[in-house]
Amino acid sequence: MIQYALRRLLQMVPVLLGATILIFALVFALPGDPIQAMAGGQRTIPEPVAAALRERYNLNDPLWLQYLKYMGGLLQGDFGQDFSGRAVSDIIASSWPTTVRLAITAWLIEIVVGIPLGIWAGLRQGRLPDALVAIVTTLVFAVPIFVLGYTAQIVLGVNLGWFPVAGTSQGWPTSYLLPATILGLLGLATTARLTRTSLIENLQADYVRTAVAKGIPRRRIIRHHVLRNSLVPVVTYLGIDLGFLLGGAVIIEGIFNLPGLGYEIFQAIQQQNGPVVVGISTLLVAIFIIVNLVVDLLYGLLDPRTRHV
Amino acid sequence: MSSATAAEVSIETTGRPRGVLRKLLRRPRFVISATALSLLVLMAVAPAPFAGIFGHGDPRACDLARSGSGAAPGHPFGFDIQGCDLYAQVVYGARPSITIGIAVTLISVLVAVAVGSIAGYYGGVVDSVLGRVIDVFYGFPFIVAAIVILTAVGVRNIWTVCAALAAFSWPTMTRVMRSSVIVAKNAEYVRAARALGASDLRILRRHILPNAFAPVLVLASLSVAGIIAGEASLTFLGVGLQPPTISWGVQLNTAQSYFNSASHLLLYPSIFLSVTVLAFVLLGDAVRDAVDPKAH
Repeated sequence: MIQYALRRLLQMVPVLLGATILIFALVFALPGDPIQAMAGGQRTIPEPVAAALRERYNLNDPLWLQYLKYMGGLLQGDFGQDFSGRAVSDIIASSWPTTVRLAITAWLIEIVVGIPLGIWAGLRQGRLPDALVAIVTTLVFAVPIFVLGYTAQIVLGVNLGWFPVAGTSQGWPTSYLLPATILGLLGLATTARLTRTSLIENLQADYVRTAVAKGIPRRRIIRHHVLRNSLVPVVTYLGIDLGFLLGGAVIIEGIFNLPGLGYEIFQAIQQQNGPVVVGISTLLVAIFIIVNLVVDLLYGLLDPRTRHV
Repeated sequence: MSSATAAEVSIETTGRPRGVLRKLLRRPRFVISATALSLLVLMAVAPAPFAGIFGHGDPRACDLARSGSGAAPGHPFGFDIQGCDLYAQVVYGARPSITIGIAVTLISVLVAVAVGSIAGYYGGVVDSVLGRVIDVFYGFPFIVAAIVILTAVGVRNIWTVCAALAAFSWPTMTRVMRSSVIVAKNAEYVRAARALGASDLRILRRHILPNAFAPVLVLASLSVAGIIAGEASLTFLGVGLQPPTISWGVQLNTAQSYFNSASHLLLYPSIFLSVTVLAFVLLGDAVRDAVDPKAH
């Protein structure tokens, strides 16, 4: 187990290197001169100043040298500075809490609503609740998230006034409820379906028949045997989904004006703020990989049959 | 020679494709989604006859005086902000979405089959290297990556949007392909073919691919749905297709500013977009149930 974890950790190194090289190459290809972009569209920065700035941000170096210098800083925990002199780590530090709050809220909604829905449908397979859950989850898959988010904002926020329209001024949880619900809907639908399928599969397992034969009450069989087993794939999915959610929600954060990682990276791309794009992307990939690793290890704990030797 | 024919027989007698099709045709979910999709694809290929049903088929014949007004005789969906017939606009909007959805998925499937087969079949170092490359692309937030590419390229038309989406959409299917190739690789008929001296390429093409392709096929249908939604999201954010291109994403992007005065601008493109996505999702579900009865 420990050996497996170590091997996986080692595998992370080339992936993170590859990801940073990739994002570096992409950002390097962004059109326009980032130094002139700092001054806004109309004015131009005097050439000596621009030259000094280029020197300061290593923009005169070839790409590979820029990359090495950047990685050297990153290894010492330095994300560098953006083109207006703010430390990228400060930008991350100030936007990260918003993304975490949004992600955790969405995730909790997925768990609290998704799993019971799936159990409800699975225990009444082929009957009305099952059909209802199937229809609702299919609709969630079909309507694009930005349409849902935008419509919910206008109808529930602006017209009915039930939720804050945008921004984080009312703090957690009030300001986060609506965006988190929309963000979590997709995961909620997947969680419900996965729980249902897994539950139905487990209800037909041999150990359930044995338990029934022993005369254990149905309620107890479901609670102690079936649920525990059928939640294994659901937990895996929820773990991976947390990785996705923590990766920032460009669309939802944009619609609801939440200054999280997704919002910052979108702004940075549009303003050609390369250091911020590279910094946040690297962080996002790292989070995703780490969460995946934790999920794989957790999976081994939950289901000894899949334990890695 | 005889070795190959012997192995071919073993595959042909399983007779899966025909059985699957017969099973599919018995499912209302498949019949409904396939019918809807045929209509939508027809609409994308030849929008004019569909748009002309109510007599005002030209999406660019606009009258500013009727900007944003609601339904009128001959204009069932009303008018958009430019005063163009919204129904014709929505019908013409099918083409970019469906083209991008199908083109990107085709590219992803091709990459998935090639890379997934090589990684799964050869294993070892090849698999490790390809596995890490897949991980790099897989871990990247899809929408963020597409935004960066589109900003870097600067040109926003159907093909650049396709390229941006394709660059990061292949890893999921590739992973699935890789694992199903590994399962197929160890099957007895493959060992038999190898023992009889069939070449790697032949084993891959004739024995492994036909048996390992089903899971990718299911994902492909779901992928079209995801790509169509992704394209609309990018366009909605303003980094995808640009006007004067007629597309659902462009229409929804415009509709944002007029929700309260003209909500029909948001409603109709959303419905068409959702129905298209829904049809692909249902098709994927139906195909999965047919090829993998266990999942049902």
